[in-house]
Amino acid sequence: MSEKSAAVAHQFETIEQQREAATLGMWVFLATEVLFFGGLFMGYTYTRWSYPYTFEQASHHLDATIGGINTAVLLLSSLMMALAVKSAQLGKRKPLVTYLLLTALLGMVFLGFKALEYHEDYVDHIVPGIRGFNFEGGSPRHAELFFWIYFAMTGLHAIHVTAGIIVITVMAVLAWRRSFSSEHFMSVEVTGLYWHFVDIVWVFLFPLLYLAGHR
Amino acid sequence: MNAVELAPPAPVPLVEEPENYLSVSHTVASWLLTTDHKRIGILYLYSILFFFVIASFAAATMRLELLNPQGGLVLSETYNKLFTIHGVLMVWFFLIPSIPAVLGNFIIPMMIGARDVAFPKLNLMSWYIFIGGGLFALYSIVSGGVDTGWTFYTPFSSTYSNTHVIAMAAGVFVAGFSTIITGLNFIVTIHKMRAPGMTWFRLPLFIWSLYSTSVIMVLATPVLAITLALLSLERFWGIGIFDPKLGGDPVLFQHLFWFYSHPAVYIMILPGMGVISEIIPCFARKKIFGYHFVAFSSVAIAVLGFLVWGHHMFVSSQSVYAGLIFSLLSFIVSVPSAIKVFNWTATLYKGSISFDTPMLYAFGFIGLFTIGGLTGLFLACLGADVHLHDTYFVVAHFHYIMVGGMVMAFMGGLHYWWPKITGRMYPELMGRLAALITFIGFNFTFFPQFLLGYLGMPRRYHTYPPEFQIFHVLSTAGASILGVGYALPVIYFLYSLRNGKRAGANPWNATGLEWQTPSPPPKDNFARVPVVKREPYDYSPFEKERTQNV
Repeated sequence: MSEKSAAVAHQFETIEQQREAATLGMWVFLATEVLFFGGLFMGYTYTRWSYPYTFEQASHHLDATIGGINTAVLLLSSLMMALAVKSAQLGKRKPLVTYLLLTALLGMVFLGFKALEYHEDYVDHIVPGIRGFNFEGGSPRHAELFFWIYFAMTGLHAIHVTAGIIVITVMAVLAWRRSFSSEHFMSVEVTGLYWHFVDIVWVFLFPLLYLAGHR
Repeated sequence: MNAVELAPPAPVPLVEEPENYLSVSHTVASWLLTTDHKRIGILYLYSILFFFVIASFAAATMRLELLNPQGGLVLSETYNKLFTIHGVLMVWFFLIPSIPAVLGNFIIPMMIGARDVAFPKLNLMSWYIFIGGGLFALYSIVSGGVDTGWTFYTPFSSTYSNTHVIAMAAGVFVAGFSTIITGLNFIVTIHKMRAPGMTWFRLPLFIWSLYSTSVIMVLATPVLAITLALLSLERFWGIGIFDPKLGGDPVLFQHLFWFYSHPAVYIMILPGMGVISEIIPCFARKKIFGYHFVAFSSVAIAVLGFLVWGHHMFVSSQSVYAGLIFSLLSFIVSVPSAIKVFNWTATLYKGSISFDTPMLYAFGFIGLFTIGGLTGLFLACLGADVHLHDTYFVVAHFHYIMVGGMVMAFMGGLHYWWPKITGRMYPELMGRLAALITFIGFNFTFFPQFLLGYLGMPRRYHTYPPEFQIFHVLSTAGASILGVGYALPVIYFLYSLRNGKRAGANPWNATGLEWQTPSPPPKDNFARVPVVKREPYDYSPFEKERTQNV
């Protein structure tokens, strides 16, 4: 035990064991998250299968251009995150801080576009329950259901993005204060895993919600 | 719940006690901020007992109400709220955390030769989240209760019920995250924290069953969480996914609910099976029969358990063909459970059996679990289920599993590891008496309910035709005996904290690393990291005394 460095928590023997535990823990958490979103995907699949025509019509009311830009923004942020993890492995502090901040910034850009979209939806009267839902083409009730599911799924995703931005910012501050080294960087690594997961969820949400019925 | 009461007995002047996890500090803060898996286990023990008592009083009131065919003790609405309180608290605030969060937390790291779980701070956080969820549930009860039953079926729960559904759903939602964190912690701990030489097939079977349980916890609980979130959104804003008015489907709720809740049944029995697999070899002084079969049957239950949820929905307008498949799969899931029962029985064969308290509970478990399991086959059968669905037969069936199985195993495990947890022995004669009373009281309470259900008494009704009264009277009489069976251990356990005989490191001459360290264990469990060289359950019937490594 005497050779254990200060970075190793008391329950672990070695830094590798600690790192493997942290990574496995995050993977298990992501499995939980997959099933958490899974319930919503199940609801979406079932309702779309029930009302294919209205769902396609309703999907046309979403702004696929902004959605597409946002997809690019998130994928770019994933690249930044990967570069941040690489910098952490190599123990390069300044690139690590820069890449983390870029990741967080791109996350915020995503949220900004998302807010813009929500505002457009509000103006177009397609936010259910607020300001009189109004929809033409297909069954308005089923369209309302589509938009409820749209807001539930993208809303839950946005909450995850927000949580990610907060954690990444904290990581950037810690990195700035020299809390990490090429030995001890698992916090950055597991944050990266989480962020990639959030991006992947969007990669599924975008075609399902925005591109339904586009040919 | 008062942490100060947990302080260990005052040191006996003549014997210098080594410092242990209880004596390192006595302050309230040292309990509330502890990251020691053993102390967190004890925090959980007190918390779940608190909820058990409330849920038991709800049950007792229902049993009293049912003495009379016309009722008269409580209003119909109150009765609905009572069975909801009983179900919600027993399932999510007692049974699910019972063995995993109390015994699992305490024993798993010691069994695998680790100083703690992989994430001790998360472990403490899970307890606070659990308490947070419990406060929501208590708020919901105090502010008027919920009348939906523990199943929260839509559209009643989402549209028509005028009770505090959202608060109760929030309580279950929050408590679910404590379950997820516990499961995550156990999975990582079992993968990454095993002592040198502790290979997968040297793991005690308790670990295999808790590992399988953790997988279910991690994969099933989030589905319940999102379902309850959607239910609350439906109630609050009318989101429509379960609402036929917008084209949603109430049966979708049932699918999502049982996709969680059937695997959750296995969260509530697999840990019990793990405890029995520890007790039987120890008190039969024999290596477990078919180690690999028992180990893999736990995994098989975890996997198959995810594929049978539709057997709760045979009369729900689910497709008949889906029903056929679910029926077949439900028969298949009984195979691994049967394998366990056969292997435990075969372990007893030519064993050197002693009838200590944990063993009595284990015997009770095998008998009651077998009855519960076999009556489950009646319900898995499509035709029989149409007759028995939503009757007392179902109530009796799952109480044989949950109470006859899990609670018996929990009591057995608590007696088995009590010397390790407290360093004191409980009074053995009282222990055996309580085990016997519990067994008798349990059968008196629930066996008549099989007959009631077969004769057509529906569940969740508080008035009934007079010809059913005799069975209800028997059941209520049995419940009072069962109550004595549960009250006795509380009394003698508390008594033993100060007055029990000192246990020594290994009072049962058991194998397993948890017995190789003093009782109560030191804060870091082991002075040195143990190295495992032997197979598990290395018992010999001729060996009178195992050398004690104190």
